[in-house]
Amino acid sequence: MKLSDIVCFSAIVPELEAKDRNGAIRELVGLLHQSGCLGRNDPEKLIRAIIQRENEASTGMGKGVALPHIKADGITEPVAAVGRSSHGIDFRSLDKQPVYTVLLLVSPKDNPDKHLQAMEILFRNLNQDDFRRFLRQAQTVEEIAEVIRDAS
Amino acid sequence: MSEPVAEIEVEIQNEEGLHLRPAVQFVDVASRFRSAITVSHGSVQADAKSVMEMTLLAAACGSRLKIRAVGPDASDAVAALGELVAKNFPPTSKPAEAKKEG
Repeated sequence: MKLSDIVCFSAIVPELEAKDRNGAIRELVGLLHQSGCLGRNDPEKLIRAIIQRENEASTGMGKGVALPHIKADGITEPVAAVGRSSHGIDFRSLDKQPVYTVLLLVSPKDNPDKHLQAMEILFRNLNQDDFRRFLRQAQTVEEIAEVIRDAS
Repeated sequence: MSEPVAEIEVEIQNEEGLHLRPAVQFVDVASRFRSAITVSHGSVQADAKSVMEMTLLAAACGSRLKIRAVGPDASDAVAALGELVAKNFPPTSKPAEAKKEG
């Protein structure tokens, strides 16, 4: 599995309209839903669940990246949306810095291995300074898509 | 004069392993100490104060990790981190403030 196998290419947002965390989560889940990547899941339920988990423990991992995630029934493969914010969003990250890249992952509930595999792919790429920098600098859907296609 | 060193070996017991949220909690605790802290899982080593590095340990449930601290508060650091792992990463007591939306 590669990053491009996880990302839903019709759920890439070069400039999030949302200026806050919950809004960004809402926007990205909405887009995954519209793209048909969430099966029959109720997007509202997923949004609430992701926000609740985020309140319990932030997925703002520092260096401008947040990785909100949730498991859901009714899907067979992990699927991710990508959002970029040039303003930066407060995710209550560990390093207290704003988040410029949000990778939101929805994984199949009945397949924990696939979830972990998807997370590891995200971590592996996010650990690369260049990958984070390219994602942050990409300004169009096509530029972001290219960074994702080039990723491991 | 050499700096104090402390070391402990722990076993990850939470179902999902040392994945993002536990890794963030781990780094949060580690960052409260002045000592330099490293965590190793087999041949992979990570800075305990870097979430990015910690997530790469790929420490699944059942993994044994070695935590090593070097510095003035080394033994306290190792004790706090050992407790965090032993208690299976209990939810932080920080109040959830974002009730206004969602």
